[in-house]
Amino acid sequence: MAPVGVLVCVKRVPDITEEVALTADGQSVDGRRAGFTMSAHEECAVELAVQVAGAGGGDATVLTIGDADAVEQLRNALAVGCTAATHVLGEPFAFGPTDVAREIAAVVRDHESSGRAHELVLLGNDAADSGDFQVGIRLAYELGRPVVNGASTVAVEDTPEGPVVVAVGEGPEGQETYRVPLPAVVTIREGGVEPRYPSVPGRLKAKKVPIEERQPTADPTGAGRVRMTLPPPTPSAVQILGEGPEAAPAVVDVLEKLGVLTPGKVTP
Amino acid sequence: MILTLVETDLEGAATEVSLEAVTFARDLSAAGNGVPVDAVVVGEVSEDLRAELAAYGVRTVHQVGGEGVAAYSGAGWASAILTVREAAGSVVVMAAGTDRGNELMAHVATRAGASMAANVLSFSGLAPFVVTRQVVGGAALEEMNLHQRPAVFTVAGHAVEAKPADVAGAGEVVTHTPTVAPEDLVARVVSTAEPEPDESGALSAAKVVVGAGRGLGGPDKFGDVLELTELLGGALGVSRVVTSAGWRPHHEQVGQTGSRISPDLYVPCGISGAIQHWAGCSSAKTILAINSDAEAPMVTRATYAVIGDLHEIVPAINAEIRRRGYTA
Repeated sequence: MAPVGVLVCVKRVPDITEEVALTADGQSVDGRRAGFTMSAHEECAVELAVQVAGAGGGDATVLTIGDADAVEQLRNALAVGCTAATHVLGEPFAFGPTDVAREIAAVVRDHESSGRAHELVLLGNDAADSGDFQVGIRLAYELGRPVVNGASTVAVEDTPEGPVVVAVGEGPEGQETYRVPLPAVVTIREGGVEPRYPSVPGRLKAKKVPIEERQPTADPTGAGRVRMTLPPPTPSAVQILGEGPEAAPAVVDVLEKLGVLTPGKVTP
Repeated sequence: MILTLVETDLEGAATEVSLEAVTFARDLSAAGNGVPVDAVVVGEVSEDLRAELAAYGVRTVHQVGGEGVAAYSGAGWASAILTVREAAGSVVVMAAGTDRGNELMAHVATRAGASMAANVLSFSGLAPFVVTRQVVGGAALEEMNLHQRPAVFTVAGHAVEAKPADVAGAGEVVTHTPTVAPEDLVARVVSTAEPEPDESGALSAAKVVVGAGRGLGGPDKFGDVLELTELLGGALGVSRVVTSAGWRPHHEQVGQTGSRISPDLYVPCGISGAIQHWAGCSSAKTILAINSDAEAPMVTRATYAVIGDLHEIVPAINAEIRRRGYTA
């Protein structure tokens, strides 16, 4: 198979499992207490990027837009098989989806003009924090490329007409397959692959990879955000039906009230 | 005019979330001096669907067909929706916050040079048009200014309750057969595999979902929970811990990175209710939690709860259901 240059885009996001905290200005999520991670969709995108690059002797480059600390997410991607990294320095919450798409497109074009084509660009289908569901699609229009949204697996096949990305994902009527000629953009949903864990040699190697640092090509225009708020805490209104198996009759009373049971043919 | 994408199920009926989106559109119309609400449907509009949308106050049902939309493609369908928008002159284009809805509105917004707000819950003003939407999987909210026209957004599941209009709309069907540019058809679905009969492909549409989490304890301990699922005529949904451990397949996962469900009843067993999971199940109308920890977030947020060992409680519920003469 012909070598494919893959670019995978990741975002450093707060690792939220319980309580969300916001910054005092209401402009972003404060992740200082929870810590930071990469969105689950993007961990899968990194894994797929490494697999596609590995299958044809190509290369996988990881890209992020973020503050200086986001280098942690780049190093994590390098530790599992990406071989180059690009860091666009900026405060991520100032960048709206249009800004992010523009900056990624600029990197793709610059790399291409210096002989490093990214025929396949992979992203998560949304970010775990801002939940915009649109960066990959906007990027595709910026680059004039076709886009598949929400795939869980991708593979590249050679055909007489050139390399084709085969992307498979869940649609409303079953598993959907796309076959799209490269260059293309594919956004990834979790579930198709198991992201590998970094090995110790992988981590050591990742530390030595030089990271390309860039400034944004333009000031971000933002996402139209007025402010973020937390939903008002809803006081618990739970009705405890009981403890242990003795609660079963009370549970079935509720199920009867909700009308979710099917009367049998034989009444006892 | 407000143009709402209405998605249909396999039988050609409007999905519940699409009817919620139409209801939201009507609220917007009422705030905006009664600007008409139109619907756009890709594919066949049956008389039942037409009548239902009319009952929901829809003035015109734009039926889109032809080769250009025969197979799904984000760019192709979006271009067709924009053809309708141009013909009808809509200032708002919206959809339900489903995978398809979010994808298509992102295409529509990009092509129209506008912003897109995903998973909107409410709007607080028209000039400027400010919406409140879910971020961080619903754990936080964002007020967002959608000042461009068209205003493009999707409505989060169960942000409003779907209800027919006090005054029905004309529900006139107008057929469009737009020409779709070849470049918009490059990324299109070339084949669709029917979901395996034993897969819970209908998880996101299920009226009853029984949930199973870490508290199950292992892949061989799902028997009672599956029996309860069957007795309730529901679907099984699991937490991320369960799929990560390989106990159950990923397509059963409920959460921010799995399916988002909105059943009438959700019965989470042994699920603590981390934000990742809550993001996928918060739209359930009634939650009946079974958990050993009375302080677990899932318990405190539930409508009803039973505290204790699910491996004792679930079989007792199954037995009680059968004792009262109900079957699967």
